Amino acid sequence: MRAFRYAKADDPGAAATLVAGVPDAAYLGGGTNLVDLMKLGVLRPGLLVDVSGLPYDAIEHRPDGGVLIGGAVRNSRLALDDGIRRRYPAVARAVLAGASGQIRSQATVAGNLLQRTRCPYFQNTATPCNKREPGSGCSAIPGAHRDLAVIGTSDACVASHPSDLAVALAAHDAVVEVRRPDGIERLVPIHDLHRLPGDTPWIETVLDPGDLVTGVQLPAPPDGATAAYRKVRDRWSYAFAVVSVAAVFRRDAAGRLDEVRLALGGVAPKPWRLWTAERRLAGTDPGDDEVRSATRAAFAGARPLPDNAFKIDLAADLVAAVLRRSAS
Amino acid sequence: MTDQLRGDVVLRVNGADRVVNLDNRVTLLDALREHLRLTGTKKGCDHGQCGACTVLVDGQRANSCLLLAVAAGGREVTTVEGLAAGGDLHALQRAFIAHDGFQCGYCTPGQLCSALGMLAEAEEGLPSWAGDDLDSVAPADLDDDEIRERMSGNLCRCGAYAGIVAAVREVARG
Repeated sequence: MRAFRYAKADDPGAAATLVAGVPDAAYLGGGTNLVDLMKLGVLRPGLLVDVSGLPYDAIEHRPDGGVLIGGAVRNSRLALDDGIRRRYPAVARAVLAGASGQIRSQATVAGNLLQRTRCPYFQNTATPCNKREPGSGCSAIPGAHRDLAVIGTSDACVASHPSDLAVALAAHDAVVEVRRPDGIERLVPIHDLHRLPGDTPWIETVLDPGDLVTGVQLPAPPDGATAAYRKVRDRWSYAFAVVSVAAVFRRDAAGRLDEVRLALGGVAPKPWRLWTAERRLAGTDPGDDEVRSATRAAFAGARPLPDNAFKIDLAADLVAAVLRRSAS
Repeated sequence: MTDQLRGDVVLRVNGADRVVNLDNRVTLLDALREHLRLTGTKKGCDHGQCGACTVLVDGQRANSCLLLAVAAGGREVTTVEGLAAGGDLHALQRAFIAHDGFQCGYCTPGQLCSALGMLAEAEEGLPSWAGDDLDSVAPADLDDDEIRERMSGNLCRCGAYAGIVAAVREVARG
C-alpha cells in the first residue's frame, strides 16, 4: 500500500478544501471498500480525509412525508430505522440483502453509492483494465464477464455497479445531496449520479474533486404503493446480485398499475431504471408474459456477452415475479 | 497530523487506553496483533470476506482488517481477550465449548465477537434478510435461518457451523 497522510475532518468546509486541493486525496467513510482497494493497490490515495465524524449521520423524516438520510449513516442504522422499514421497505430490504453484518455496521450510505465495481479485473492490478489503467484494454470482454453488465456498457468497459441499496433508491426517485467545495449544495437525481463508461470508464460519477455526498433525499412514497426488493445471487447470503429488482407500484381498483417504477441491479454500470417498461405497463393489468415482454423490450439496446446474456431473461422473470398479484 | 505519514493513536481496547505510534497504513487488525500483542483476533483473508478478524467497535461489529487503526482512534474496541471476566469465560465462550462450535479454532474469536454484536443488533430491533417481513426478532426467537443469515460474514473452513449455530442459539435464548 502506498503511504498516505490522514486527517480527521471536524468541519465539512475544511475537509472539502483539503480534498479539492490535493489531486490524489480521497474522502474516507466506513472504508470497507476503499481500504480494501488500497490494500490491493487499485487505489493509491496520498491523503485520506476521514469524514465519518461529520454531522451527516441522521435520518430525518420530514413533514412532507419524505426523508433525508445522512451520507454518513451506517447501512445497518438505515435498515434499523422504523420509518424506513415502514415507509420504504424496499430500501431496508436492499440494505439487508447486501454484504455482511460486519460490513453493514461500518459502511456508510454515501460510500455505498460510490463503491467501486467488483469486476475481477478492476481489482487485479496484474491484468489490463480501462477503468483502473486508461487505455490498457478490457480483460472482461474476452474473459470472465458472467457477473458483469449487459446494458449501458461500451467496448471499453462492461463493469457492473454492485450496490443493492442504490437500486432501491433509484426506484424511489432519490435525490443525492452534494456539498461542493465552495459550500454550495447541489442536488443530483440518483439517475444522473453515475455515468456510463463510454470511452472514459474511469470517470464513474458526475462528482467533481472535493464534492461530498452529504445525504440522500427520498420523496414520500406514493400513497398505498407496494415497495419490494428481490435479489438473485449464487448463494443464499453475502453475495453480490446476479440480478436484483426494486419495484414501487400500486394498482387501482380495477387492478391496473397506476404507478410502477422498476430498477434493476447487477445488469448495468449504474442502478438501471426500466423507463420504457414502466411506460408500457402503466395503466394495464399485465400478466407474467406481458411483464416479461416489456422487460425484455427495455433491453433493446443491451450488449450482452456470451456468458451473461442469461441476465436478460432472468431480469424478465424477476420483474414478473415481483409484480405478480399473488406476490403482493 | 495531515503532513505526517504516521502518528500517535490512542486505541481504547477492552477498556484500557493504549498509545501507539503507527504508520497510517496499519489496520486495526495489525495494530492489535503486531503492536499490542493481542493475538486473539485472527487474520484470515485480510479483505473482509471471512470474518476471522471481527471485533466490536463502539459495540458494533467490524472487520478489523478493513478499519484503519488511525480511524479507530478514540473508539471503544472489544476483542476476544475482553470477553471473559477474570478467569470466568463469557457464557458464549462456554456455549461454544459445550456445543463443539469449532475444530481448529482459528475463526472462533471472530465468531464470538460477531455473535455478540449480532445479538446486540437483534436486541435493538434490527431485522434481517431471512425474515419474510421487516419485523424485528428478539434474540430468544432467532431461529437457525436467522442465525445463519446474520452470521454469514463469518466463515468456518472446518465446517463447525452446526455447533456454532447451536451455541449462539443457546445464549440467545438465555
